[in-house]
Amino acid sequence: MLETKIASVKMKNPLMLASGILGLTKESLEKFKDAGAVVTKSIGKKERKGYKNPVFYELSCGILNAIGLANPGIDEYIKEIKGARINLIGSIFGKNEEEFLYVAEKFKPYVKAFELNMSCPHAKKLGMEYSTRKIRETVELIKQVGKPVFVKLGVENILRRAEKAIEGGADGIVAINSIKAMAICIDVAKPVLGNKIGGYSGEAIKPIGIRCVYEIAANFDIPVIGVGGITNEKDVIEYMMAGAHAVQIGTAIYYEGEGIFKKIAKKLKRWLEENGYNSIKDIIGLALKN
Amino acid sequence: MFICRISKILKHNATHKTLFLDLKMRAQPGQFVMVWIPGIDEIPMSLSHFGNEIAITVEKVGEATEALHNMKKGDKLGIRGPYGNGFKIVGKKALFVAGGVGIAPLLPLIKEYEGEKCVILGARNKNLLLFEDEIKKFANLYITTDDGSAGYRGFATDLAKKILMREKFDVVYTCGPEPMMKKVLDLCIKSKIPLQASLERYMKCGVGICDSCAIDGYHVCKDGPVFNESILMKLSDFGKWKRNEAGRKISIS
Repeated sequence: MLETKIASVKMKNPLMLASGILGLTKESLEKFKDAGAVVTKSIGKKERKGYKNPVFYELSCGILNAIGLANPGIDEYIKEIKGARINLIGSIFGKNEEEFLYVAEKFKPYVKAFELNMSCPHAKKLGMEYSTRKIRETVELIKQVGKPVFVKLGVENILRRAEKAIEGGADGIVAINSIKAMAICIDVAKPVLGNKIGGYSGEAIKPIGIRCVYEIAANFDIPVIGVGGITNEKDVIEYMMAGAHAVQIGTAIYYEGEGIFKKIAKKLKRWLEENGYNSIKDIIGLALKN
Repeated sequence: MFICRISKILKHNATHKTLFLDLKMRAQPGQFVMVWIPGIDEIPMSLSHFGNEIAITVEKVGEATEALHNMKKGDKLGIRGPYGNGFKIVGKKALFVAGGVGIAPLLPLIKEYEGEKCVILGARNKNLLLFEDEIKKFANLYITTDDGSAGYRGFATDLAKKILMREKFDVVYTCGPEPMMKKVLDLCIKSKIPLQASLERYMKCGVGICDSCAIDGYHVCKDGPVFNESILMKLSDFGKWKRNEAGRKISIS
């Protein structure tokens, strides 16, 4: 009932772990065995220490983060994830096609698909800055590696950037990334995050995510993976009715732990049964028709 | 996050200070807080004191701790927490093995523990011994220094071995350099005594979602920082590997 498939990636349910939450070690990834698929941390060609602390700040309806793509580099990372018994999707960032390709080729034996992070909201000269004109050729190049390619985009200029990814042959669009944001501590008159600017995620951004998924689904014929502020089964249904084929959950792990996947899957199944649907696929894009 | 002020500073020696903060907090001995030094950094620190005020005991080892050392009474800090599991009080007779600033999270435990208490306080030299007088009020104190400038000459683990050979304890609590704690674990396994050790790792979020402090599937910030002997025995990284800011494994030297 919950089974779904995007490109060649089969999933037992449409719930994926979003990139950036845990995902550094094999043991951490394997904690998400109840998810349909698990996306790794965004990995680059070389080791990157990320930004100075604080990189995490809790707000009333979400989290502000500026981890800054900290990762050990793909060569070290594949040692960490070797043998992970999980439906894995490798998230990649890079400053040019060459870096994306290097990581994709190393990732290939361990993952079912690639997610190209072209939208990290707080990385200077990386991701966010990944220019719209380079998206198409980068996707084309990574497609040649021989695995499905999903492209993760942020809110800014999303339709134009989605179009470029589709022209390059993307198998799916992941929308949205966290939203560029900031918090200032008024007691000390200073920005809280070490990088000053970070990405805002969690419940507050859900309506923005819904809008983006809806617009992409309405304009293009491509599977969309919805992400942003999902905390329960109703959020999943809303994203799917907006046109998402699957969804990703990140920030909610902070509030509920890895058990959230099992819990949402169960409630999702019950909701479908109670509302007379035979499959999760039946609700995809329902709101687009009205 | 709570913003609070430094209410009192205790200077122990050139590299160690205890900062008292005007923040009321209930915690378990062994729990930690994330300390934001505005505009500089945010680091995890064990609470060496809590209640109507909290205190952190800071060893000067890098930029953040140096900034804390340079702060004055009245200066502001941001605090998140308390985080982590803390020590569990078990049995009626406990041995505490502290190396250097590792005494900090053990201090409130020594005060709260009801029963017979024996503390081994180890440091490189006499000047680096912390909280001797305070510990004496609550427990039998044994001092070890690497150079013999005070107490027993040698490592805290050397003395622990001797004491464990002649006396039976219900539990051992330890905090200090990881190679030292690894030795304490080996001693406890040999003597079949339960152990609780407080670990330190580089931390970012402090709440179990960033994976920076991952150790064999556990997270020091959330599952720890205190681990018992049955978990410690399974941790292949314990005493050998930690992770840098990028998450890459680096050797513990």
